[in-house]
Amino acid sequence: MEAVPPRARATVACAVLGALPCLFPVLPASHTPVPHTPWATVLPLAALYAGCERLGGRRFAGTGCPVLLAAVLLLPPSAAALVALPGALLARGERPDDVLRRAWHAAQQVLAVWTAAHVHTALGGRAVVAECRFPAALGCAAAAVVAFCLVLTALDAGIRACCGHVSLSRAWRGLFCRTLAPVAVHGLAGLMMAVLWRSPYGPVTALLVLLPTGASWWAYAQYDRERAAHRATIRALVQAVDLKDGYTRGHSERVGQASVMIARELGMDDERVEVLRFAGLLHDVGKLGVPTRLLRKDGPLTDEERRVIELHPEYGHEMVRGISFLDEARAAILHHHERLDGSGYPYGLTGDRIPECARVVAVADAFDAMTSTRSYRPARPVPAALWELRRCAGAQFDPRMVTALVRALARHGWHPAVTSGDDRMPQPSDTSAPVPGTDGAPEQARAVLRAAAVPREHSRR
Amino acid sequence: MTRPLLLALVRGTAVLVALASLAVTLHTGPARPGAALSFGALVLTGELTRWSAPPGAGAGPEVREPAPLGAAAALAYALLGEEAGRSAHHGACQTVAVVLTAGLLGSVPHIARGHAGTLDHLVRRVLTVFVAATGTHVLHATGATRAWGGPGHAVALPVLLALTALCGAVVAALSLHCRTRWPFVPLLREELRGLLGLGSAVCATGAVTALGVAVAGLWALPVCALPMLLTQLSFRRCAAVRAVCRQTIASLARATEIAGYTPAGHARRVAALSRAVGRDLGLTEPDLTVLEHAALMHDIGQLSLVDPVPAGATAGLPAAEQRRIALLGGAVVRRTGADREVAVVVERQADPCPEQTLPARIVRAVNAYDEKARDAGAGGPLEALEELRRAGGDYAPEVLAALARVLARDGLTIPAAG
Repeated sequence: MEAVPPRARATVACAVLGALPCLFPVLPASHTPVPHTPWATVLPLAALYAGCERLGGRRFAGTGCPVLLAAVLLLPPSAAALVALPGALLARGERPDDVLRRAWHAAQQVLAVWTAAHVHTALGGRAVVAECRFPAALGCAAAAVVAFCLVLTALDAGIRACCGHVSLSRAWRGLFCRTLAPVAVHGLAGLMMAVLWRSPYGPVTALLVLLPTGASWWAYAQYDRERAAHRATIRALVQAVDLKDGYTRGHSERVGQASVMIARELGMDDERVEVLRFAGLLHDVGKLGVPTRLLRKDGPLTDEERRVIELHPEYGHEMVRGISFLDEARAAILHHHERLDGSGYPYGLTGDRIPECARVVAVADAFDAMTSTRSYRPARPVPAALWELRRCAGAQFDPRMVTALVRALARHGWHPAVTSGDDRMPQPSDTSAPVPGTDGAPEQARAVLRAAAVPREHSRR
Repeated sequence: MTRPLLLALVRGTAVLVALASLAVTLHTGPARPGAALSFGALVLTGELTRWSAPPGAGAGPEVREPAPLGAAAALAYALLGEEAGRSAHHGACQTVAVVLTAGLLGSVPHIARGHAGTLDHLVRRVLTVFVAATGTHVLHATGATRAWGGPGHAVALPVLLALTALCGAVVAALSLHCRTRWPFVPLLREELRGLLGLGSAVCATGAVTALGVAVAGLWALPVCALPMLLTQLSFRRCAAVRAVCRQTIASLARATEIAGYTPAGHARRVAALSRAVGRDLGLTEPDLTVLEHAALMHDIGQLSLVDPVPAGATAGLPAAEQRRIALLGGAVVRRTGADREVAVVVERQADPCPEQTLPARIVRAVNAYDEKARDAGAGGPLEALEELRRAGGDYAPEVLAALARVLARDGLTIPAAG
C-alpha cells in the first residue's frame, strides 16, 4: 500500500470539514433546523442510492448517479447532501478499512450535491420540476449538472495534484471533459426520475428509470471488456511464437514498443501509431509456420534451412490476412526483412518501395535484437546498437527511422516493458560488450545481420 | 411438414394484423398526429441505427434485440394513454400502423445492403406491439387505470410488459426454430434469459417513456430515449470488437495449418460442425461461443511439438500422447486471456469420455469425424460416423447421435464456416 502524502491528508481533512456544515441544517441537533425537511423523500432516496452503490458493483457502476441527481433536482441543498452520505460511505469496491478514502469520497459527493442543489434552487428549478414546465426544467437541470461536475472534478484534480506531480489545471481540464458527458446522461435520467417522483404515478415509477441507465452502463463496460479480450488474443498470437521460439521471449513486445517510439517521433497520428504497435507485436508471427526444429537449431543453418526460415514473413502475412483492422500492419509483417539496397527478402524491394511501416519495424527489430541477450552472445549496450544502426543506415535501414529512434531514445530512454514470463531483460549497461569501432567491422556486421535474422551473404534475386 | 406450416401461420398472423391495422387507420384517419409523428421518428431512428448481423456473427445481446431503441419506442407508443396530463388514447390499430410504417422505412437500408432477417424482425415487432397496444386498450376501456389511480397504473404496466415480452420471445424462438430447425426449447430458454437482461431494460424504457410523456408531454421523448440510444451504439462497437476477436482467434487457429501440422480448413470445419452439434444438444449461446473458440484452437498444442504429427491426425495417436498435446494446447490458450473455460475444453479434449465435459466430448468426436471423413471418398461421412460408433467408449453416444442428426439435416455436407 502506498503512503499517503501529508498534503493529501490535509486536503481530505479540509474537504470533510467543508462538507460538515452542508449537512448541519437538517440534523436535529443543530441550532437552526430547517423547518420542513422532506424526510419522506430524503429517506427513500438515500436508501435507494445506498442500495445502488452497494449492489451495483463494478459492472453497473454509476447506476446510483441518477438517484443522486434526482435528489439534487427534488430537494433543498442540505437534504440533497444528506442523500449522498450513506451511499458514499457504504460504496463497495474499496477496501473496507480504508477510512481515508471513504471519507474523501463522501465529502466530495456531499459538497458536489450541495453546490448543485444550491444552483438549482437559485434558478427556481424545484418549482419548475414540480409543475413539469418542460424546456425550462431542462435548462435548470443542465445548470445543476454542470455545477455538480465542476465541483466533483475540481476536488478530484486537487487530490491528484497533491498525490502526484500533475499540474492542477491540466488534471482538472481533462477530468472535466471526460466526466461531463456521462454525468449529463445521468442528469437526464435524474430529471426523468424527479419528474415522475412528483407526478401522480408516484415514486414507484422512478425505479423504472434505473433499468435503462443500468443497461447502458453495462453495454458501455461490455465494450471495454471485449476490447481487453481482443488485446489478449493478439498477445496470444505473440506468445504462441514464444512457445516455439523460446529465445526471443519478450522480443515482440519490445519491438512493438520501439516501433511506437519511432512512430511518435515521426509525428504519426494516433491511429497509425496503434497500427505500428500491432505491426511490431506481430512481425514474427509467421515463425509459427516454421518447423520448431529449425527455430531451435543451435548450429549454423544450411542454405535450405535458411530458405525455409526466410518464408516467415510470407507465412505471417497469410496468417493475419483475415484480421480486417490490421491492413497496414500486414504490409509491415510481409516486408520487415526488406533492405533499402534491395538485398532483403521476400521480394527484394528497394528504397521507397518498401512500405513505411515496414521500414519502422525493421529498425525496431534490429535494435531490440542487438540489445537483448542471445544464447550465442551477450546483449550490447544501447549506444553500441545505435552506432551499428547508423552505420547500416542507407544500405539496410531507412536513415529517417534510425534518426527518429536515436532522438526518441535520447528523449525518453529505453525502458522495455517486462511482460509476464519475461525474465530476460536486456542489459543496456553491459560494459563487457565490445566497444564500437575497436571490433572488426565484418564481425560486427555479421552480428547485426544475424540478430536481425538477415544473412548478408545470402541475398535473394 | 409442420414447421413450414407453423412459420406460415406466424407470418400470416403478422401480415393480417398489419394489413387490418393499416386499413382501419387509413379509414378513420390518424388521431393525434403530433405524437404519432414523434414516436414514429423515434422508432425510425432505432431501426436505422439497428445492428444487422453479418452472416455467422458471434453471440451477443445485440443478436437477440438488434434495435433496443426501436423496440422501446414502439412499446412506449403502444402504452401511451395520456399526453401532458390529457387523455390521448389512440387505438391499437394506429399503434401497429405507425410502428409498421417506421419499421418498413427503417428497414430499407438494411434490405438494400442485403442483410437477412428483416422479415422476422418486423414480424416480431408487429406482433409484440399489437399485444401491448391491445392490452393497454383493454385497461383503458374497462376503466381499470382510473379506478387504480396512478401508482396502480405503474404496477399494471410491468405486468402488461411481461406478457408482451413473453409473446415476443415465443415468436422469435418459433421463427428461428422453423427457419433453422434448431431445437425449440433451448431457443426459447435462450430468449427468455435474454429478457432478464436487456429485455427488462427495453420494457422499462418503454414504460418510463410512456409515463414521462403522460406527465411532461413530448419533451420527455428524447430524454427517455437517450440511454437506449447509447446502449444501441455501444452494441455496435461491441459487435465490431467481437468480430475482430473472432478473426484473431481464427488466425491463431490457422497457425497450425500454415505450419503444416494440420490440413487446411480443419480448424474451421471442426468449429462450425461443433457449433451445430452443440446447438442440437441444446447448449446456451455463451457455451456455444466457448465451444466454438475451443474447437478453433483445439490443435494449438501441436505447435509445441518439435516435429509435426503426420497429417495432423491426432485421433490415431496413443492416448497418452494425445493428452500431452491437449495439455500443451490448454497452456497456450490459458495465456490468451480468453475465457478460462476454453482452455479447460482444449485441455480435456483427449481425456476418457466419462471424465469429459460436454463441450470437450463434442470437440473430440467432431475432430475425429473430420479427420476420418477427409480421407474417405464419396461415402466418407457415413463411413466415418460408423467408424466412430464402432470405436466403443471413446466417443460419447449422445454426441454421435447429435452429429448424425446435424449431418442428416445439412444433407451430409459440412456446414460453411462464418
